[in-house]
Amino acid sequence: MRSLIKYLKRYTKECILGPLFKLLEATFELFVPLVVAAMIDTGIATGDKGFLLRQGILLVVLALIGLTCSITAQYFAAKAAVHFAGDLRHRLFAHIQRLPHSQQDRLGSDTLITRMTSDINQVQTGVNLTLRLLLRSPFIVFGAMVMACTIDLRSAGIFLGVIAALSVVVFGIMLWSIPRYKAVQQRLDQVLGATRENLSGVRVLRAFGRQWQETERFDQRNESLTSFGLFVGRITALMNPLTYVLVNLGLVVLLKTGAVEVDGGVLTQGQVVALVNYLSQILVELVKMANLIINITKSWACGNRIAQLLSTPEESVGTEQQTGEKSSDSVVFDHVSLTYADGGAPALKDISFHVVKNSVFGIIGGTGSGKSSVINLIPGFYHPTDGAVLIDGLSTKLWITDSLRQRIGLVPQKANLFRGTIAENLRWGDPEATEDQLWEALERAQAAEFVRQKELGLQTVVEQGGRNFSGGQRQRLTIARALVRRPEILILDDSASALDYATDAKLRKALRELEDTTVFIVSQRTSSIRFADQILVLEDGQAVGLGTHETLLKTCPVYREIHATQQEQEVGA
Amino acid sequence: MKQKETLRRVLTYLRPYGALLVLSLILAVVTVALTLYIPILTGDAVDCLVEQGAVDFAALAPILMQIAVVAALTALSQWIMGLCNNRLTLCTVRDIRAAAFRKLQNLPARYFDSHSNGDTVSRIIADADQLSDGLLLGFTQLFTGVITILGTILFMLSVNVVITLVVVLVTPLSLLVASFIAKRTYAMFTKQSVTRGEQTALIEEMVGGVKLVQAFGQQEQVMERFDEVNERLKKYSLRAIFFSSITNPATRFVNSLVYAGVGVTGAFSALTGAITVGQLTVFLSYANQYTKPFNEISGVVTELQNALACAGRIFDLLDEAEETPDGPDAVTPDHYDGAVELRDVAFSYTPDQSLITGLNLQVQPGQRIAIVGPTGCGKTTLINLLMRFYDVCGGSIAVDGTDIRELTRSGLRRGFGMVLQDTWLETATIAENIAMGRPDATREEIEAAAKQAHAHSFICRLPQGYDTMVENGGESLSQGQRQLLCIARVMLCRPPMLILDEATSSIDTRTEQKIQSAFLKLMEGRTAFIVAHRLSTIREADVILVMRDGHIIEQGNHAELLARKGFYAQLYESQFAV
Repeated sequence: MRSLIKYLKRYTKECILGPLFKLLEATFELFVPLVVAAMIDTGIATGDKGFLLRQGILLVVLALIGLTCSITAQYFAAKAAVHFAGDLRHRLFAHIQRLPHSQQDRLGSDTLITRMTSDINQVQTGVNLTLRLLLRSPFIVFGAMVMACTIDLRSAGIFLGVIAALSVVVFGIMLWSIPRYKAVQQRLDQVLGATRENLSGVRVLRAFGRQWQETERFDQRNESLTSFGLFVGRITALMNPLTYVLVNLGLVVLLKTGAVEVDGGVLTQGQVVALVNYLSQILVELVKMANLIINITKSWACGNRIAQLLSTPEESVGTEQQTGEKSSDSVVFDHVSLTYADGGAPALKDISFHVVKNSVFGIIGGTGSGKSSVINLIPGFYHPTDGAVLIDGLSTKLWITDSLRQRIGLVPQKANLFRGTIAENLRWGDPEATEDQLWEALERAQAAEFVRQKELGLQTVVEQGGRNFSGGQRQRLTIARALVRRPEILILDDSASALDYATDAKLRKALRELEDTTVFIVSQRTSSIRFADQILVLEDGQAVGLGTHETLLKTCPVYREIHATQQEQEVGA
Repeated sequence: MKQKETLRRVLTYLRPYGALLVLSLILAVVTVALTLYIPILTGDAVDCLVEQGAVDFAALAPILMQIAVVAALTALSQWIMGLCNNRLTLCTVRDIRAAAFRKLQNLPARYFDSHSNGDTVSRIIADADQLSDGLLLGFTQLFTGVITILGTILFMLSVNVVITLVVVLVTPLSLLVASFIAKRTYAMFTKQSVTRGEQTALIEEMVGGVKLVQAFGQQEQVMERFDEVNERLKKYSLRAIFFSSITNPATRFVNSLVYAGVGVTGAFSALTGAITVGQLTVFLSYANQYTKPFNEISGVVTELQNALACAGRIFDLLDEAEETPDGPDAVTPDHYDGAVELRDVAFSYTPDQSLITGLNLQVQPGQRIAIVGPTGCGKTTLINLLMRFYDVCGGSIAVDGTDIRELTRSGLRRGFGMVLQDTWLETATIAENIAMGRPDATREEIEAAAKQAHAHSFICRLPQGYDTMVENGGESLSQGQRQLLCIARVMLCRPPMLILDEATSSIDTRTEQKIQSAFLKLMEGRTAFIVAHRLSTIREADVILVMRDGHIIEQGNHAELLARKGFYAQLYESQFAV
């Protein structure tokens, strides 16, 4: 959290002025009981009507000043909090955009979204409340006591006692309940989990006739939530009654000692009334303070999570660019090993190969064999733990990241599009592409036909994730997006799985006709890569074969096995 | 009108707790009355301490005693009221959730296909919470607020009419200020929440796709879009927060005016002897808390409206049309031979778009039916009809000669075993997952089923073997392992008819072979409908259904369909065109 304070520095003025005006307001509020005491002791006692009126006007003036101070304070506090949160959101979003893949994998997008939204909102509320109340409440509690002492030093003991007792009750109950509220939340999460699971598995559950058991399970969790909530409620419901009793006991003691002192001529009637007023001010502020502390603890925790995220290292931007004599090899893997950050077995072990420019390179292997790992090393999403990946003769660790990626067209496994129009999505590949170039890419990706059929053509709206397109259409659009940038290296990561056979065949043909492009194709099927100039066969992160379809059939038992089973059994591609 | 109806229905959920509600209301009245009585006692006490040597100790002692007793009673009543309200809210929300969950069990598949799960979950969880917090607490707050105001006026009237009038006359001012600010704030908050929604959508999209953003080097463009929304959000947030935070000082100011008014008129009355100094303090402390309920009430009204909206959403769910219940004569056969007949079946999801018409199919016990076609061609439609997730629009489906609408749904579904590619596992142990269809199965039976499904060896390698918990839909298992578990699940029930979906690209060859061999074992002697991708499956099928765009366009065995040189032949050849 401390590291976030620097984002408040730009608003130092607001952060000082806000609490300052709050203090002013509180100070004026503390004068009110004194004015009333004077009205009783001087005004009523002497029957001075002019004095009473002046005191009345004084009350209004105090209220007006208080109002002005308070509104000013609220404005500064709100401004500091909102701008602080806004700046923080900007910074955090920029940071997320530059997070290396390894961190993204570790954190997961749900976490990142929570940090960006609810955590920052909570921090904003926390900052706002802190600026407004953190100084005010203790000040009033303390101030009321000091004022009481100036009236009557002996009452200080009573005030101290009441404040101590109230603090014990208020903060005790608060400390007790915070962890228990978390437990309530966990139980609610379980009810939520049961509901969500029931919805996602509705067909299976019905197929097995499990509705009744599921209902029973839900009821159990629901009941556990309710009974625990009742338990916690029983204690927290004590807060108001207990503080009420304490304050009134204080009142009784105050009146009793006050009576002796009035009788002895030490205090006046009005002063006793003032003391009573101060007592009730203290209660109100202590309760406010307890709520404030709950809020601040929450915000503090959220702030810490944000700070932690901000402290994770960003991707290196790289330093060099390939300008001089270009290598004839497009991509070289030189004894590459890769172990992911979360430990475990190496994902890739000692992989080496050369890919000549404008050739087609196929990668095949089972799930978890390391196909995607190879692909992810090329744009520098990860860097090898050992060995080097050279693109155009230069190691990916040295390449200026943006410049390297500009040369690469990536079609990921999961076909994801973004909200906007088709044209906007395609121009991710190249912001300057003309409409003709977009159509050319669509043609090649076998997507032109269905886009043409849309009434709005390239301007057709794409909904979030592209859900208004079928899986196959989405895949073809993502291929077109990569083609729009006329990449030097095109990477297809198992990205034709949702295409029907005829379309897939046409697509493969069109890709083979690409000029000046090195193509990487990842697949689980030999039929998709058999035409490649070289094929890498992976098993458990190791290269068990490298060569053309024909050589591999002769030399690589794993490849032969894969091919044989698919030849015999498969119609799908 | 709708709101009234919603409110009435909320009350029906409160009915079981009627006694609690009444008790809570009575206690609210008691609490308020006692709370208001204490300032009067304090006033009396102050009147006892007139000046030096003139303190009436004899009168003071019982008054102080009374204050202590009244305070204790107030606290007690307040605490019990709190307990009542707690029970009222928590139990009501529990009941509503339970009702909603039971409702889900009776909704047709159509509902789940047309509503997002997230939306339904948020109705049952978030809306139900809002309803109980907002509506019930809002209601008690409103009630207490109104009683406090009325009580204060009554108590004040009993002491002095003129000063009371001063207080009552300033009241409209307070209301005016509160409603003025509330209106402004509402508009600002709406703008804020709309913009915030816009930003959240952008964040979700871009954070979810950040790898692509990086791959395409789009960071700057994305940041531009983000900053534009962010700046707008800052502007609206500042206004919303500032305006809403004015409410407090502003009403406090009005309160201070009341206070000053009471102070001056009270002091003047004290001069003429109309009231005592003690009574003046009574008025001052009333004036101090008099406007508070007004603030609360104005806040409560928005909260109540919000809660009613949430209640409306829950009731919408509870009002959804349920599945037509099983007929009174519906039977549950204890045995199936496995003959299935589709006669002249017509079906569509929406009335204006016919999907299947005139589909006829005769399946003998033990036959295999392969369903072939590109992804998204509507293979699930057929599964939906066979399992009666949807009912046919025309014609009939019969199992062993009985129309499936004359069977109970659970009876029909027990006859089918279903293994889909979209594997779903429950949060429970591996063993419980396998025994889903037969919770009474012994561990030996479960292990035998797992062995036949080639799942036993990988299960044994899991940390707790068969007792390993499956969390989050089994994300720690591979897709292939999940599928093997689903097969074991069906293997244990040994249903006479099967619906299987063969693997596509996401499973590696070796696991796929295991699955295939498990499928073959499962199909022995059973009628099977297979969404097929493998040539061997298709070639050996008794009937091949070729589907495209939701329609069944060809039907026959491998040789017949090849000879027809239609879509199937084209599909088949394109595979070998490479």
